[in-house]
Amino acid sequence: MRINKNIAISDMGFVFNPVNGESYSVNPIGVEIINLLKEDKSYEEIKATILNNYSTDETTFEKDYFDFTNLLLHLNLTETEDEKNN
Amino acid sequence: MEKQRYERPIIKKLETGMPNKFGMRTEYAPMTQIDGVSVKELIKEYGSPLFVISESTIRSTIKKAKKAFTTRYPKVQFAWSYKTNYLDAVCKVFHQEGSWAEVVSGFEYKKAIANGVSGKKIIFNGPDKSEDDLRMAIENESLIHIDHLDELYTILELTDVINKRPKVAIRVNMDTGIYPMWDRFGFNYENGQAWDALNKIMRSGKLELMGLHSHIGTFMLSASAYAVAASKLADLAIGIEQKYNHTIKYIDMGGGFASKNTLKGSYLPGFDVTPSFDDFAEAITTTLLNSNFKNSELPTLILETGRALIDEAGYLLGSVVANKRTSSGKRNTIIDVGVNILFTSFWYDHKITPAQPFTHYTETTQIYGPLCMNIDVIRENIDLPLLNKGDHFVIHTVGAYNMTQWMQFITLRPNVVMIDSNSKVHLIRERESMETFSSLEKVPEHLKKFEL
Repeated sequence: MRINKNIAISDMGFVFNPVNGESYSVNPIGVEIINLLKEDKSYEEIKATILNNYSTDETTFEKDYFDFTNLLLHLNLTETEDEKNN
Repeated sequence: MEKQRYERPIIKKLETGMPNKFGMRTEYAPMTQIDGVSVKELIKEYGSPLFVISESTIRSTIKKAKKAFTTRYPKVQFAWSYKTNYLDAVCKVFHQEGSWAEVVSGFEYKKAIANGVSGKKIIFNGPDKSEDDLRMAIENESLIHIDHLDELYTILELTDVINKRPKVAIRVNMDTGIYPMWDRFGFNYENGQAWDALNKIMRSGKLELMGLHSHIGTFMLSASAYAVAASKLADLAIGIEQKYNHTIKYIDMGGGFASKNTLKGSYLPGFDVTPSFDDFAEAITTTLLNSNFKNSELPTLILETGRALIDEAGYLLGSVVANKRTSSGKRNTIIDVGVNILFTSFWYDHKITPAQPFTHYTETTQIYGPLCMNIDVIRENIDLPLLNKGDHFVIHTVGAYNMTQWMQFITLRPNVVMIDSNSKVHLIRERESMETFSSLEKVPEHLKKFEL
């Protein structure tokens, strides 16, 4: 999964999508995950980073990660496979 | 290096330009304790969900209500509305505070007697009083509030076999300017039904007309409607005095005062729109004092307030079962509290507070109960801090009606505890068990065996 190239995200968690003008608020751990996705990190790499930095377990994070990334997809903030290949 | 506190990642669309006059977020601090007792420990000891009643809140609320009326009117008597919450411990707190009992069925009547209330201090309302109920009430010299003519004739027949003069009042319904007008109970004022019943009582010579009663509605958000009701009851009382030279002893204004809950669809929270006890007291007592009662014959003012006295003393503790999303991406949280035990969630947007620390991030959430029923929705839309499976929460203002109207449906009804004024926890109703139900069921002999 990759975040759309044109999505702007601030350190404070403000996300702006210039394609449709929508803006979003993201909590700090969400910002961290989006930034890791922007760097093309894999799920395994992201999981290792989060588990290293936060007091949580693998199951909880896995559940929350896929819930979060599904929502990013639902909000059109991520690229589809086709877009990625073009 | 110490790890940071984990919070699940969330993203929330910013609704620019949407009106947000009062702010979306309502919870700023977790509710970790009730009256000095830890919520977490309560759940650990008594299970989840758990009803918690604050004795000190009951006492402070009834004192506030009494003060509002007794500082304005010389003769005031509260009667505890059993149907609002008839757990014995709750009733006894009100009786210790001087409240009589107001009951609406033979079952409640017997509960009041078992709680040690003198028959003379029981007000018997309700449309369904059996002949046995009425006989018991007459023998005990209780105040019988007659709902319909069939009841009146039954009482008159009973006077032929019971050597006691029944003490009665009639329930009067009327137009007080509110919608919908409650005209199902009692006799109507405007069309003359009330006078008809009063004439029958007075001309029978067999009954002692003690008072007049009205109960104009429920969750009343207008104090002025009570002024209209008080004025009409005073008019009837003065008419009886003039026509029959009979002085009634009391005017019973019933109940119906709203609690601080927020009705569904209400723009403002209940806390901001509900009239205070002083508002209700001012409307009722000013009307009575300004009516044509002789000073020496001022009737006692009886109040059967239930909801407004107990709602805020009740809390419902629970736990998060799971989080999921709808097809549209909306957050759903499933909790272990269903509409079967939180009946009032059908008409209130109950305030819900997490019981553990949280950050300022929130999600618009729909809260479901655990019942396998589509109607099991506790809140359709609530901006809540991020709750995880196993987290606890406190649902506020649940003391009225939930512990009497609750249903046993696919689960068992939970424990109820009361926290006393010294922060001591008392179990006042045990959770039901499988035996509670199996002991009531009978299986016919031919159905006992089967093969699959």
